[in-house]
Amino acid sequence: MSFKGLRKPYRSLALAAVAAGVVSTGCGQQYVVLHPVGPVGEQELHLMILAAIAMAVVIVAVFTLYFYAVARFRDKPGNAAPYRPEWHGHKLLETLWWIIPVVLLTVIAIPTVQVTYALDRLPKGKNPVVIDVTSLTWKWLFEYPGQHIATVNYLEIPTGKPVLFELTANSPMNTLWIPQLGGMEYTMPNRVLPLWLQADKPGMYWGDSGQYSGTGFEKMFFKVKAVSPKAFAVWASKTHATATPLTLASYHQLLKHDTMGQALYGSYPKDTFPSIASGFTLNGQGMYMTMHGPHGSIKYLPMSATQK
Amino acid sequence: MPAFIVHLIHTLFPKTVLFPDILLIDLGLVVGGIGLFIFMTKTHRWGWLWREWLTTVDHKRIAVLYLIAAIVMLFRGGIDAEMIRAQLALPGTHFMPAIQYDEVFTTHGTIMIFFMGMPFIFALFNAVVPLMIGARDVAFPRINAMSYWLFACGAILFNISFIIGGSPDAGWTAYPPYTGLAFNPGPGENYYFLALIIAGIGTTMTGINFLVTTVRMRAPGMTLMRMPLFIWSAMVTSALVLFAFPPLTVALAMSLFDRLFGSSFFTLGHGGMPMMYVNLFWLFGHPEVYILVIPLFGVFSEVVATFSKKQLFGYPIMVASILAIMFLSYGTWVHHFFTMGAGPGVNVFFGLSTMLIAIPTGVKIFNWIFTMWGGRIQFTVAMLYQLAFIPTFVIGGATGVMLAAVPADYQFHNSYFVIAHFHNVIIGGTLFGLLSGLYYWWPKMFGSKLNEKQGRVAFWLFFIGFWVTFSPQYLLGLKGMTRRLYTYPAGLGWHELNVISTVGALIMGAGFVALVFNIVWTLVYGERDLTGDPWDGRTLEWSLPSPVPEYNFARVPVVHARDAWWDMKQKGQSLAQLSPEDVHDIEMPRNTPVPFLLGVAFFVVGFALTFKWWPIAGIGLAGVFAIIIFSGFDYEDHHHLKAEVVRKTEASLGRLQG
Ligand code: HEM
Ligand SMILES: [Cu+2]
Repeated sequence: MSFKGLRKPYRSLALAAVAAGVVSTGCGQQYVVLHPVGPVGEQELHLMILAAIAMAVVIVAVFTLYFYAVARFRDKPGNAAPYRPEWHGHKLLETLWWIIPVVLLTVIAIPTVQVTYALDRLPKGKNPVVIDVTSLTWKWLFEYPGQHIATVNYLEIPTGKPVLFELTANSPMNTLWIPQLGGMEYTMPNRVLPLWLQADKPGMYWGDSGQYSGTGFEKMFFKVKAVSPKAFAVWASKTHATATPLTLASYHQLLKHDTMGQALYGSYPKDTFPSIASGFTLNGQGMYMTMHGPHGSIKYLPMSATQK
Repeated sequence: MPAFIVHLIHTLFPKTVLFPDILLIDLGLVVGGIGLFIFMTKTHRWGWLWREWLTTVDHKRIAVLYLIAAIVMLFRGGIDAEMIRAQLALPGTHFMPAIQYDEVFTTHGTIMIFFMGMPFIFALFNAVVPLMIGARDVAFPRINAMSYWLFACGAILFNISFIIGGSPDAGWTAYPPYTGLAFNPGPGENYYFLALIIAGIGTTMTGINFLVTTVRMRAPGMTLMRMPLFIWSAMVTSALVLFAFPPLTVALAMSLFDRLFGSSFFTLGHGGMPMMYVNLFWLFGHPEVYILVIPLFGVFSEVVATFSKKQLFGYPIMVASILAIMFLSYGTWVHHFFTMGAGPGVNVFFGLSTMLIAIPTGVKIFNWIFTMWGGRIQFTVAMLYQLAFIPTFVIGGATGVMLAAVPADYQFHNSYFVIAHFHNVIIGGTLFGLLSGLYYWWPKMFGSKLNEKQGRVAFWLFFIGFWVTFSPQYLLGLKGMTRRLYTYPAGLGWHELNVISTVGALIMGAGFVALVFNIVWTLVYGERDLTGDPWDGRTLEWSLPSPVPEYNFARVPVVHARDAWWDMKQKGQSLAQLSPEDVHDIEMPRNTPVPFLLGVAFFVVGFALTFKWWPIAGIGLAGVFAIIIFSGFDYEDHHHLKAEVVRKTEASLGRLQG
């Protein structure tokens, strides 16, 4: 097999990749991760792009050396390239390729650290909308403690405001993922994990579970509707006034292992969401806090405070 | 019918094992089994099978056993893969029921990692390590055979699950609480835990064995810094195995306790802590991915030097980077669950440690390229896999670094982007490396080169098929497609890419067919290699005839340089010139049924525990202990091969003077 034979498939590969890209750019909006509509998704995307560029530098460097070596040093009669069978080291070169990756990785590492810490804090001065999320087998229960309403497999959120999701599970683990708003976070039994997201543009988005949790798991898609704060308030109070309440009995119905469509509830019983559980806060106070407080104004207290 | 028989039938053959395709396979197995039995009996091969294979302790034969198992498992795992791709090709398909799909992706991952990758690696270790270091066997030949039979027992236990009782369906990672009885009442997960625990014992023993072998059994003169890199990789891999498998075993055993004895380590209620499992699992899992690739770094280092006709470039750096990877790989596990809310401090630590480990990995790539630099590259099939490995693995590593950028991983996690990443490194690194090693060492194992023309066909199918399958999956990840999804709605823009991916999987399937054809063709028509050194190799295994006689080295060689055999050839020496006085009696390990029987006993334990048949499990366990104790007092574990016999063999190979 000659080098030509080797190279062509690479070429056709590149073509295939581009073609695949083109085929689907007609519907480029479907690259949801690349089209975030809120600050969280945006910062994550920026980091992704930075990492991709830094890695592209590595890839180009390696590929250049690689193709050159493969082209030049073939074992064919009359190859004029130098043959140095005993050449086995070069201090400078070897130092150089420790340095290159270190530099490139530093370029990625610094913003990684910054963004990780940044996204772990709710933006200051904005009161978040709190949504208590419980993953059930195989459906999502969303409770709005501030609005006293609940929904299943459907989210409505106000634009321009951070939404604080408090995540738990009464099921195997799942992850809550709304790609256009930002990354995912696990739901786990006996724990409450926070995740904040925000939509800056009104629109219809979708969410899903990323963590496999059984045979109905592919039915955990849900719609996310972002509307103006005013419209949100209207929707919430209308739902509160008109939708049927979620009773404890109907909550137990939800616990059944099956799938279902969307539902709205005008109220929900207390104690369907843990009021005390371990988890992290998003106010920078670090290690584990318990949640405590009247619905709608969740207050975090240090572990030590509740133990007294 | 007596009630208990009805009950038994219902337990062993529930609805989930009565899908039409499975029934067809059942039929095939029964017919094939009967056919095989008749064939073996007619040709009087049972004795041969028992004497030559089931009771063997010869590392070269154990290598063949591992290899056969690995290729059969590659087939099984490959069929699973094709089924997954068939199901996913189009939106809203019901190619198979959801429950079966869940089983298929679970068995695919588990088999490819534990029952294809690991045994294939051990096949290469067994086939080559003792020969490369100038030893006559591994340090503990009997334990080596035990390792194999424990692996085989685990593999069989795992593989029968889909025809008896039902397969596991919780993914290869088996996260609780989904593996708990509340969600998973069938025997499937019991199979998974027991099979992996039993095979894991075998793997741990292999780790110890090869660690001791590489540390203690090297020929005189082979100092640490003269070891071929494949030996370094075997040593480091063994060390990784030794410390990575205990957390896995613990995690599996605790999960099994939850299921069998009602404990609540990881359950939904009673204060169970599922995340504890996740930590333990990945504390094993990340070193495991390096266990799966470091041996192949070793293979590539040998292959690239041999086929560039040049010394390995930067040997000390290669050694240093492997050691760095070994240590660092224990400190990165949380990158598999950045999104479990461990807080920014923890995430940053593990994000940085993950980036750190990419450095020594990247450095190796440059060294391989510079080994080719100034060499004379021969495009053999083994070398083609090496050449395919470099760009493929670089891209896989690059996407790995993207995953290590913590906030970015919040978007990538559990999506097809991750799937594409790890297939990029596992196929590009592990599978290509295994196949490179297979083509490279096949003549040593079986005495003839694998047909190169056919090998090229298989290579291009694998290589092209790989990229067609997995590059669309990066894009699917960016389109929000999550992993382990049974089916997906139309309208998300996922289907074109999924169709392309499925076409790629079919191309890879064709590659597998070409590979098997290549192997079978060569076994039947292959030309004997009489030199023992068909590639003009550099390391000691090529100084021996192919296939290698039972005792490997009639006289243990003395090593003076890094590429020992190359050095000898340069000095005009040859191991073929052996004088009769140099040959002495050789102490060899004696064949024994102990390892095989131990495997059988463990199988009884595993199978009985799967169905909670306590008395039978007790009997099996008693068997295990009895066999181990017997083996401890079995002093007749070796015999002396007379110098006369050795001389005769060597003379018949034309290697004796006078
Ligand atoms: C440059 C080096 C590498 C880096 C930086 C890296 C990074 C990562 C990260 C951060 C993840 C977790 C992604 C997630 O689940 O969100 C991951 C997943 C994975 N990586 Fe790598 N990786 C590297 C090399 C490798 C190698 C060499 C292998 C194996 C040969 C490998 C196999 C895997 C596997 C199997 C998974 C996913 C397991 C699962 O979730 O089922 N990686 N990698
Ligand atoms: Cu990892």
